[in-house]
Amino acid sequence: MSPHGHQAPLLEVRDLCVSYGKIQALTDASLRVGDGQIVTVIGPNGAGKTTLLSAIMGVLPSRGRIAFAGAEASSPTIKSMIGRGVSLVPESRALFGSMSVEDNLRLGGFRFHPRPRRAQDAALEEMYALFPRLKERRAQVAATLSGGERQMLALARALMTRPKLLMLDEPSLGLAPLIVREVFRIIADLRRQGVSILLIEQNARAALRVADYAYVLELGKIVMEGPAAELANDPRVVAAYLGIAGKHQEMLAT
Amino acid sequence: MNLQIVMLLGQDGVTNGAIYALLALSILLVFTVTRILLIPQGEFVSFAALTMAAMQSGTPVRMGWLLVALALAAVALDLYDAARGKGRWRPRGAALAMLAYAAAVTALTGLVPLDKAGVAVQALLTVALVVPLGPLLYRVFYQPIAAAHSLVLLIVSIAVHVVLVGAGLLMFGPEGARTEPFSEEGLSIGMVTLNSQTLWVVAVSLLLIVLLYAFFERTLYGKALRAAAVNRLGAELVGISPEIAGKASFGLAALIGGLSGILIAPITTIYFDSGFIISLKGFVGAIIGGMASYPVAALGALFIGQAESFSTFWASSYKEVIVFTLILPVLLWRSLSHKGAEDEE
Repeated sequence: MSPHGHQAPLLEVRDLCVSYGKIQALTDASLRVGDGQIVTVIGPNGAGKTTLLSAIMGVLPSRGRIAFAGAEASSPTIKSMIGRGVSLVPESRALFGSMSVEDNLRLGGFRFHPRPRRAQDAALEEMYALFPRLKERRAQVAATLSGGERQMLALARALMTRPKLLMLDEPSLGLAPLIVREVFRIIADLRRQGVSILLIEQNARAALRVADYAYVLELGKIVMEGPAAELANDPRVVAAYLGIAGKHQEMLAT
Repeated sequence: MNLQIVMLLGQDGVTNGAIYALLALSILLVFTVTRILLIPQGEFVSFAALTMAAMQSGTPVRMGWLLVALALAAVALDLYDAARGKGRWRPRGAALAMLAYAAAVTALTGLVPLDKAGVAVQALLTVALVVPLGPLLYRVFYQPIAAAHSLVLLIVSIAVHVVLVGAGLLMFGPEGARTEPFSEEGLSIGMVTLNSQTLWVVAVSLLLIVLLYAFFERTLYGKALRAAAVNRLGAELVGISPEIAGKASFGLAALIGGLSGILIAPITTIYFDSGFIISLKGFVGAIIGGMASYPVAALGALFIGQAESFSTFWASSYKEVIVFTLILPVLLWRSLSHKGAEDEE
């Protein structure tokens, strides 16, 4: 399966470099996300995965080429990327802790403000349909939510910006296994609704299962890439990221 | 000390306390949104009072020139940013609009005889002159270093304050000024007469606090400003511009400071450098609120007003000493009991 289909990819990153002072955190990273795809970047802690997303979003300055929807988007700023239809859910979730769930969501749609109350309410109801749990907690203060609910809220708030590309930084981090499964189910759902997703995960098994295409990032460099299903069976990936448990599960599966 | 004196001092304390409360809220707002301690807050107060006084005495109002100078600096900074490749090769619309506005109010205050106009017109024009000072100061002095350490921001704040006091001396001269009271009537309740200016101060302060509350609790723009204070990255990721949030908080601070200046101008003689000590007392209130809680800050400021008023009676030469010494037990108690927002950065 080709990663890019026939037309130009939605996001194309070429030779992206990021350095913190003298430390090179990302070296010549190149990747593509096709329209309607889920692409994952896996790799160990400190490989530069968060740096990669931050650079694409314009949170960090970078060198290299970035193109979005066929248009040049190098040296991005957060504002320019949101305007193009890119949304980032950072690892910290960056919620408005002292504000209610509903306020968090309404602020997610801030870039369309002011717009008719009815359009705002419709967008909100859409999110509540997707995340019924958030509707139950609509008046609750975000800081008092459970870890899973906070991740749902972060996802929903990002979706309120109506992104074409949703970038998720470790969405399963710190969540109970049952919630992790729920999060990945939602990610698969979102793709069906036409949102492309760039997913960064340490939970390589779950990420490879849901993704179409995958990259392996180590020490700031892309070292492997390929269709997710192929990478999941690659002995090097299995040894490094799927481990004994992976083999064990494969044995159970056969 | 009899009841009448207590009531008089209390009334004085409420008047000053209300002003300190407004300034405390303003300092807190700017701090939570931008991490900047707004030392020049007091200049909004003194500039507004002196501008109003200049209008009433028929002397030239020079405040507009400061706006024009700052707006020119803002345009120059936009061009400089563009030259360094950080923007387009022309000044942004906002800076040019501000320049046009500054020129317009300067012309208006220079050409129209304002001493004949009513207090309401003078007050409105004063607000129109002082409010743009907020966003302009943010654009020129703070926006280029918005990401800097909060200590750097504090040092810049002190510098801006010193420069503004100098500009104040240039614009208004060394003489103090007092404006006419808004109205002459007082209100008698039993043996106590309530000063009409006290009523004005309390009424306007309450109104302003209610309006601010409604803005921050009921409108999405207000919530966006709060969001920028709660989580800067989160706010930026949903499209709340930190620059606009910074300018908006400075604009509100200038509005609050300007109104405070107009309110106290009939009560106290204001000099070009009087603002600092007034806003410092608001700052003490904000510290009592742990630089985090609006209601506690307002209550703290009201308490400062009372403490100041009564110490004027008992030990008038130690008035300031007593007020600022009050901060010590609060700081001790806060550092021993719990962590406030000041530990966040």
